[in-house]
This record gives sequence, structure tokens and C-alpha cells, in this order.
Amino acid sequence: MSEAETANDKLNYLNCEKGFLSWLMSIDHKRIGLMYMASMFLFFVVGGIFALAVRTELFSHGETIVNAQAYNILFTLHGVIMIFLFIVPGIPATLGNFLLPLMIGAKDVVFPKLNRFSYWLYLLGAMVAFFALFMKLDTGWTFYAPYSLENSRAVITATSAAFILGFSSILTGLNFLVTIHKMRAPGMQWGRLPLFVWTLYATAILQVAATPIIGITLLLLILENALNIGVFDPSKGGDPLLFEHLFWFYSHPVVYIIILPAMGIVSEIVPVFSRKPIFGYKALVYASVGIAGISLLVWGHHLFVAGMSNFARYLFSFLTFLVAIPTAVKVFNWVATMYKGSISWDSPMLYAMSFVFLFLIAGTTGIHLATLATNAHYHDTYFVVAHFHYTLQGGAVVGLLAGMHFWFPKMFGRMFNESFAKFSWLVLFIGFNGTFLPQFVLGMQGMPRRYFDYPPEFEGLHRISTIFSFVNGLGYAMVLGNLLYAAFKGKFATSNPYLSKSLEWQTDSPPIKDNFAEIPRVTDWTYSYGATQ
Amino acid sequence: MFDFMPEAVSTWANKVDWINSLITYIATFCTVAITAVMLFFAVRFRRRSSLVAEETPQLTHSTLLETLWTAIPTVIIIFVFYFGLVTYQEMRNPPPNALEINVDAYKWRWEFTYPNTKKSHNELIVPVNKPIRLIMTSRDVLHSFFVPVMRVKEDVRPGAYSVAWFEATKVGEYRILCAEYCGTNHSYMQAKLKVVSENSFQDFLARSEVGEVVALPPSELGKELFNQRACAQCHSTDGRTIIGPSMLGLFGKTETLDSGEQVAVDEEYLRESILEPGKRIVKGYLNAMPSYSGQLSEEEIRGLIAYIKELRNDGQEANK
Repeated sequence: MSEAETANDKLNYLNCEKGFLSWLMSIDHKRIGLMYMASMFLFFVVGGIFALAVRTELFSHGETIVNAQAYNILFTLHGVIMIFLFIVPGIPATLGNFLLPLMIGAKDVVFPKLNRFSYWLYLLGAMVAFFALFMKLDTGWTFYAPYSLENSRAVITATSAAFILGFSSILTGLNFLVTIHKMRAPGMQWGRLPLFVWTLYATAILQVAATPIIGITLLLLILENALNIGVFDPSKGGDPLLFEHLFWFYSHPVVYIIILPAMGIVSEIVPVFSRKPIFGYKALVYASVGIAGISLLVWGHHLFVAGMSNFARYLFSFLTFLVAIPTAVKVFNWVATMYKGSISWDSPMLYAMSFVFLFLIAGTTGIHLATLATNAHYHDTYFVVAHFHYTLQGGAVVGLLAGMHFWFPKMFGRMFNESFAKFSWLVLFIGFNGTFLPQFVLGMQGMPRRYFDYPPEFEGLHRISTIFSFVNGLGYAMVLGNLLYAAFKGKFATSNPYLSKSLEWQTDSPPIKDNFAEIPRVTDWTYSYGATQ
Repeated sequence: MFDFMPEAVSTWANKVDWINSLITYIATFCTVAITAVMLFFAVRFRRRSSLVAEETPQLTHSTLLETLWTAIPTVIIIFVFYFGLVTYQEMRNPPPNALEINVDAYKWRWEFTYPNTKKSHNELIVPVNKPIRLIMTSRDVLHSFFVPVMRVKEDVRPGAYSVAWFEATKVGEYRILCAEYCGTNHSYMQAKLKVVSENSFQDFLARSEVGEVVALPPSELGKELFNQRACAQCHSTDGRTIIGPSMLGLFGKTETLDSGEQVAVDEEYLRESILEPGKRIVKGYLNAMPSYSGQLSEEEIRGLIAYIKELRNDGQEANK
């Protein structure tokens, strides 16, 4: 213990400079990662409060706490904040920023100042988004025209926010791509690259390829408003379907920008806590890149009932089905990694295992939605709401939390309360499933989404969902409270408490400002656990 | 076991449900089986001591296993895609002898026009055992025509036609919902689907429209329209505020506008509020009402005003 304490008194990236400005002006990828994390979780709490307000309103049929207009604003705010301010920057901006250079043995990302600029853009985008939120934005986070054009000031402001945030994400993606290509330590061959880095690579390609579309959409919205050119508005000769295509051409790949890094985190955690090499490394790499590639071609499944030609529907359905293959391969590989391992049940592993379970539900209910015959019934119902919450919350957020617990001692040199972490994981797990499992049933029964009021026969399931949503909220309060307390007051940790062999653990925890005293030489891949060692 | 789908009333609803059950069973089996294997490993190979054991085997890949678990999901998804496609082709291709009904979607109500130009509001009446082809368009924003019991859903767009069809197999009353978010009263944009016998349908077609031939007194015509054209969704007649002001005792009142200007609720203001609702909004209310311009005849507007006037009288009598 005393050794650990002295270790923590050493100069590191946290204590090397002090003061607010030393953070805001920092070009250290580790500090930028932490700042992203702090800002994002702040928005997460706000978005979560809106979610609980939505669920409270739905506790009974009829008007409960707010009127229809306020309800519509609430679910819009929940969606906009959670998607654009929290989960899209998500794992790449937080853990990605913190870990990418450490994992490939670099001092920083290749363009540290650009990285800082990305964070500033994120803050600016968040401010513009908040500005839009006060403009009675009640369009849902999808901003479909022509309804959104009735409040065009709000929708242009919101799209501007998405554009600025998108720019931040393009720059981060670009930075990561070049960093991965150019900054790898000697010996860090492509075949030795940690799988989390591979998923960041696949994500970065998507960020750079898909995000510009939101800029084009914004430009068209402005043209339509300023010059009265009919683009989306049918009363001016435009086509609202074009907006849906453009929106989802960006927003569908976003789902994979969100989920791929979470898969990467699970691929890092399972080997360490099973003391086994990752099973099927190559397959996992191909699956990540494959998912990224296919994801650019499946946006049409959001428009199955929107008015596409029958052939387009058939084609998009088939392409969507293809995503299932690499996804299934990943799941099999994780489970196979555990075979004959020496498995510890520490909190990061609990999160990783629950990720596999929740993601199985998310993925297999995706088949209901990809199948055209059943999609007609499920489209725009609570089935979809449950499905994407299993993907984004059960998948991405649980993956993020897995990573935050795993790398917590790396980031802060301190340890959280492990028993409390396990307990809060359980509360979160129960709360989450209790909230969203009933919503699958509601969807089957034909309950449309974005409904302020509903027929009385749906009340029972809505009540169960609302009650568990508060358990879910409590779970998050416990998890975040535990981590926040530990960041300042936790016991000092040893520099590699989980005995990981990955490069980021081969330096001090918390790392020194330049990560490594000298650039390491890599002689083996990251996953050399097991007998021969 | 997972039979949560609503009643199946269209010719292909049972096929959709069959595919749905098939997928649900495959999904449940995969989720349960894989989770069970994972938990079995987690328990069976649980680390016993606090010491980290490093004598675990070096299993890094297996070409046979990996080929198998790539091939099996591929076969399953092609199989499911195929079944989904075959039924969907049926759902997308109405037979040529179908009865054609035009659907107009408005914020927040449905209007149906039958082949003999007869209209019905928020109530779609169709004969049983006959294919119905709906030709749909929206008069304002995006809506979506959703009939859960028919397993049918298709977006309704302004400036374009979209088509949906179904053949009802059972007489009864069912729900039509709007499934595409369309603003404040989206969740109240509901209509009734009445599946009736061929004879009743012919009777219905022959019957005259509200107020058309049998002249209703204006206030009764107004009362019919008030419910039919969905005014009642936002305006109560008992003093409660829903979205817009209640009609009870409204006529003759003096209201304050957002600008601070005063306005007397008279015939002229009511007429303006029906045709150009956004022009002068009473303080404290939203500009949420769609315009009814071009959708009501002069007689119908007069009827609505007469009904609203009558609600003032009722109020006064009650106060006496």
C-alpha cells in the first residue's frame, strides 16, 4: 500500500499542472478524454431526468404531469441530448481519447491541438444545441420535414448544433485514423493492434465518411428557408422523403459509431478477466471492419414504410440482415474466449458479460425489424423503442461503463468500492430490463411511439416500465456516485490491478504527462495470457 | 408463449404472425442458449483462488468452429429473409379487383372518400371479405396509417400518394392509429375501422352525408361536425382546458391576445379562428391549431358557430 501511495505522489498528468485553464487549454489527450467524460455525463444526467419525466407522464393514461405539447418537447430533448451530446461522441471521445495513444505506445495523438479544437467544437455545439432546446423544439430527435419546417428556426439551430458536433466528430475521427497509421510504437504491427483500437479505427472511418451528410442537410435546410427553394417542403415542390434519406444516411452509421467501440471494450476485458488470449482475433477485426462497411448501406431500413419502391425495400432488408453475421461472430468469439479460462467476477467482467446478454436481445430483436413482413407492424412502435434502447443503453452505455470500471485505476490511480460497484451493477441491470422488456410487449400489441396518451389497456405495462425506469435511474446514480467519489477519495490502486498485458498498463497509473518515459518496443500481441507464458 | 400480437383480422395477418413467432423463437433460443453457455463457462471456470492462474490453455482460433458459426447464422438469416419477403410481396401487391378508397390525413384526423364521392370522417367503413386498396395522401405533414389488427402500416405524405391494402376477414370495430409523429395531438389522431357486411356497406354508401339532404338545424349540424372533424380533441365543452380554450361560455367573452390587444369572441372572430387560427391567439394558448380553410362549407362554418353560441346559452342557464 505504501508503495502505491508513493507511486501516486509522483508527477502525473493529473497533478503536473493545476487550475481551470490548465485543463481547458490542455492538449494532453488524457485530459481531453476526461473533460469529454465529465461534460458528457453532465448531459447524460440532464437527458436522464427528461427520460424520467417522460416515463412519469406515461404512468397513467390521460394527462398525468404535463400536457401534450410539453410531453412532445420532453421526449425531443431527451433524444437530442442523449444522441448528439452523449452517446455519439461517446466512447471514442472519452475512453478512445484517453487510451488510443497509450495502447499503441505513443506520446499523444498525432494532432494534439486539433484534438483540443474538437473538444471546443463539442462545447460550442452543445451550447448551440441548448439554445435550440429553448425554442420549443418538439419534432423528435429525427427532425422530419415538413413538420419540422413549421418551426424552421428551431430546426436550423438544432441541425447547426448537430453539424458543429459532427465536425468535432469528423476531426476526432481523422485524428485517430492518422494516429493509428503513423504513431504506432516500433513492433506494434497491424496484427498486434488491440481490438479496441481496431474498433476505433472502424469507427473513425464511419465518422469521416458519414458525418459530412449532416452538413449537406443543413445547407439544404438553409437554402430552402432563405431562398425559398423547394427541397424538403412539398408546398414548395420539395420532397420530405429526401430529408429522411439524408438524415438516416448519416444517422444510421451513427448507431455503429456508437456500438463498435463498446464491442472493442468487451474484446479487451474478456481476455484479461479470463486469463485467456482473445479467441478469433482476425475474425473480430474483419467483423469490425465488415460491420462498419455494411452499416453505410442499410439506412433504408428506417424507411421501410415511408414510401420507397418495393425493390428498394427488398434490397435494404437483405443488406440489413447481413449485419447479423459479423455481429454473431463477435458474440461467439467472446464466449469462446471464456472457455477453460480462469474467470474472475470483478465488476468490469460483470458489465462485459451483461453486455453480451443485452446485446443478444438487441441484435435478435433487430431481426424482427429487418424482416419486411413483421416490420410493417413494428415500425414506429414501442418495439423499436425497446430495440434501440437495448442497443444504445444495454449495448453502448453498458460497454462504456465496463470500460470505465476497467480503466478507472489507469485514469485516476485510485480504486472504487468493488462491492458497491457490483451491487449498483445489479440494480442497473434489473432496472434496465424491467424498463424495456415490457416495451417489446407493448410494441407487439401495437402501441405507437411518441404517444402522449394511450388507450387504457396499455396502462399495466406502461406502469411496470415507469416503475423500473426509476430503478434504472437509481442504478445510474449509484454507479456514477461510486466512480465520482473514488476519483477524488478512492483508495490508491496499484499500477496494474487487473494484471493486464496491454501496453497502456505498462506505464504508471495515472500515466505521466507524456505517457511513457521512453517509447516502448512491442514484441508480442496484447493477448498473451495462458500456458506458454 | 410470446403471443402478444393483437387479434388477426386481415387475410395475411396470420402469416405475419407465423413469421413473427418463428423469429421470436429463434431469437429467444439464441439469446438463452448463448447466455447459458456464457454463464456455464463463468461458473465452471470461475477463478478459485485470489492468485491469478496462468496455466489456461492457448486457444486462439479454430478454423472449423469459426467457419461453422459464420455459416449457421448465414443460413438462418437467408431463410428468415426469404419467408419475410414472400409474405411481404403479398402485402405490397393489391389484387386488381380491390375496392378503392381515398384517404386524406390532416392534423389530427382522417378523412375517407369512397368511390361514389361520399366521405366519412374519422371512421373508415369497409365491407368484409373484399380487398380494399387505400390511396393515401396528407394535407399537411407526414402521418402514418396504422391498423394493428390488419398488420398494415404505410406512411402518408403530402404531395404524394402512397398505397396500402388489406382484406378484412371479420366484421367488427377496430382501431386506426397515426404512427408517424405529427405534432401536438399525434396520439389522438385515431379513427375507427368498421368492418361491415356487404349489405350494410351498400346501405352506408347510399345514405346521405351529414346535413346534406336532410337539413339539420345549424346547431345540430355544428355539434356533429364538432366531434367528426376532431374539434373536440382540443376543445372541451365542459370548461376543461385540453389544448385550446373550452367552448363552454366562450361566445360573447372578451379575451386578451398575446399582444395585449382585446378581442370580443363574436361570429367574426370564431370564423377567423376556424379558417386562420394562427392570426389572433388568445394569451396563454399555443399556435397549434391547423387551418380548416377549404375544408368546410359556409353552411358548416355557420353550424359550428351556432353550436358554440348554444354552449354559451347552456352555460348561462346553468348559472341561473
